[in-house]
Amino acid sequence: MTTLAKLFRSTAFKLTLVIFGVSVVGSALVLGVVAWQVIKLVDAETQQTIEEQAKGLAEQYDAGGVRRLGQAIEARSRQPGSSLYLLTNNAGEPLAGNVAQLPAGVLEHVGVVDTPYETVDGSSPGRRALARIFALPGGFRLLVGRDLGDRARIGAVMVHAMAVSLVFFAALAALGALFVARRVLTRIDAMNRSARAIMGGDLSLRLPVSGSGDELDRLAVGLNEMLGRIADLMTGLREVSDNIAHDLRTPLTRLRNHAEAALGAADDPAAYRAALERTIEESDGLIRVFNALLMIARAEAGAESAGMSAFDLGEAIESIAELYAPVAEENGATLKIEAAEGLTVVGNRELIGQAVANLIDNAVKHGAPADGAAARAEIAVVVRREGASIAIEVADHGPGIPAEDRGRALERFVRLEGARSRPGSGLGLSLAAAVMHMHGGSLALGDNHPGLKATATLPAAAETPRLSAARAAA
Amino acid sequence: MSCAMRILIIEDDREAAAYLVKAFREAGHAVDHAADGVSGYDLAQEGGYDVAIVDRMLPKMDGLSLIGALRAQGGETPVLILSALGQVDDRVKGLRAGGDDYLAKPYSFSELLARVEALARRRPKGAPEETAYRVGDLTLDRLSRKVARAGEEIALQPREFRLLEYLMQNAAKVVTRTMLLEHVWDYHFDPQTNVIDVHMSRLRAKIDRDFDAPLIHTVRGAGYMLRDDPR
Repeated sequence: MTTLAKLFRSTAFKLTLVIFGVSVVGSALVLGVVAWQVIKLVDAETQQTIEEQAKGLAEQYDAGGVRRLGQAIEARSRQPGSSLYLLTNNAGEPLAGNVAQLPAGVLEHVGVVDTPYETVDGSSPGRRALARIFALPGGFRLLVGRDLGDRARIGAVMVHAMAVSLVFFAALAALGALFVARRVLTRIDAMNRSARAIMGGDLSLRLPVSGSGDELDRLAVGLNEMLGRIADLMTGLREVSDNIAHDLRTPLTRLRNHAEAALGAADDPAAYRAALERTIEESDGLIRVFNALLMIARAEAGAESAGMSAFDLGEAIESIAELYAPVAEENGATLKIEAAEGLTVVGNRELIGQAVANLIDNAVKHGAPADGAAARAEIAVVVRREGASIAIEVADHGPGIPAEDRGRALERFVRLEGARSRPGSGLGLSLAAAVMHMHGGSLALGDNHPGLKATATLPAAAETPRLSAARAAA
Repeated sequence: MSCAMRILIIEDDREAAAYLVKAFREAGHAVDHAADGVSGYDLAQEGGYDVAIVDRMLPKMDGLSLIGALRAQGGETPVLILSALGQVDDRVKGLRAGGDDYLAKPYSFSELLARVEALARRRPKGAPEETAYRVGDLTLDRLSRKVARAGEEIALQPREFRLLEYLMQNAAKVVTRTMLLEHVWDYHFDPQTNVIDVHMSRLRAKIDRDFDAPLIHTVRGAGYMLRDDPR
């Protein structure tokens, strides 16, 4: 496409055309109204002049009849710039005046007429006059009028003004169109070039922002934010696939080694059996990791909407806490739960249950006090309303997580120093975080002085009396 | 396991189907196999199966439509859905479509066998629920919520009571950890630590500790079984 064709197709150019059209129509309207008003004024003045002159002539007629009137008309007609006069007899023949030609029948209309005429000397043909026609006794007719040249001149001036302003507007609009279209097109072309470069693979590039804060800038900023998010996701994806490769390679290698070793070992059914059982155990572990990954991916995509329902969060979490209490005790800790009544959330009970189970599991595994103080080996689970949301706190008195590592602890496969030696996939906290995000909530790790306090927040559902009543009855 | 069942397997993956047919036959059951939805539906319509195992993705007619059609025709054969989509909402969809249980691939055969056997022994619809169970000298009364062994009352926590109740309902059958989590705690996820084992050892301590013959048995690689072992 040539530059000119691009210009004609641009929105800016079309917009300028529309503005041009609107201003032309507008100025025509304004000029038209002004012309109409001026003409009305001129006509009124003309009529008034005619009235005054007719009055003067009437005095002459009263004093000396038709003859005197004829003389007065002759005298007046000879003055330069005079009005128009015509006196005719009952046969319609002119007796006096400076009007030579009138269309037939004009004199029959007594009253005010707008008519073409010609003067006696014939100096200016094709003129119009505003005239008043009087009927006098004896069939005489008197016409008193004024030439309408002024009116025509005003009209001509207006038309001229219209023509000039049209040219002026056209020139201005064309200039504006060129300027706006070229300016906008230049910037859009720059954006397009950046977009092509980004599509070419350089995800670090961003669209140019002029800093003027206009619509194009806002668009560029929005698109840049989107590009940033995409780049983050890409980085995350790359990290995850690296982590998967790393974390799954170890158990897969172990799996293969065990199988190989069993094959090469002596022909002992018991050894075979043990090796097979181990193989199954290891593959179960792998399946668990895959399932957790899949679930995180789906929770992050927000794809679990089918399982959403309103349920009593306190009851659901008490059930989880009760499930984990004996395990906590085996680990020398006590699990305490404090859940407020009637806290209803809309969500996937399974996933929220699993998320909280992961938090408690984490506290059980890593939350033992460093100094072994049995008195502080307490895991506290608190469920309470906080304004429009519900907070689920799981707090232990273990070594906690240093503030700088807390963000990282929520990432997939991240197992912090000291946790690597213990069982776990490194997915528990990230699954919990993904589930909370999916439900419009969040997961934050904080300090329990000492220990870790994981706080999950979920938006509270509007109070549903049916559910709380059911719970009270249970 | 005690008595043989007639099982219908509707699964299009030949290798998986062959494995299942062989494994169920080895477990002492009679097995028929259909490789697509339509022939599976025809077989199921003929009836007489104790359990049908239906893959969700099938050629010609998908698993959920098959179950829907079967239920619409009044078929009451318990159905276990096998699926590669092991997510919570798929489970919900499967059960809503008329499935009785749901197992995600990959699964262990012991888990599948335990679930299939539990399904087959379900009391027929409309039959009165049993109010008391007895296994050996252990009794459980669901109405008075009392448990006694050899006439001696045993005090159980509410959750322990439900655990034992479920074990007694499925007496002499393998009950897996996930089945226990589903029926006693109403959660379907995979608990990462040995949470169920700790609950079971506590129940064991109350039921079996003071008696010579243990009733709760651990089935290696599968789960637990409550069984009176006359020796």
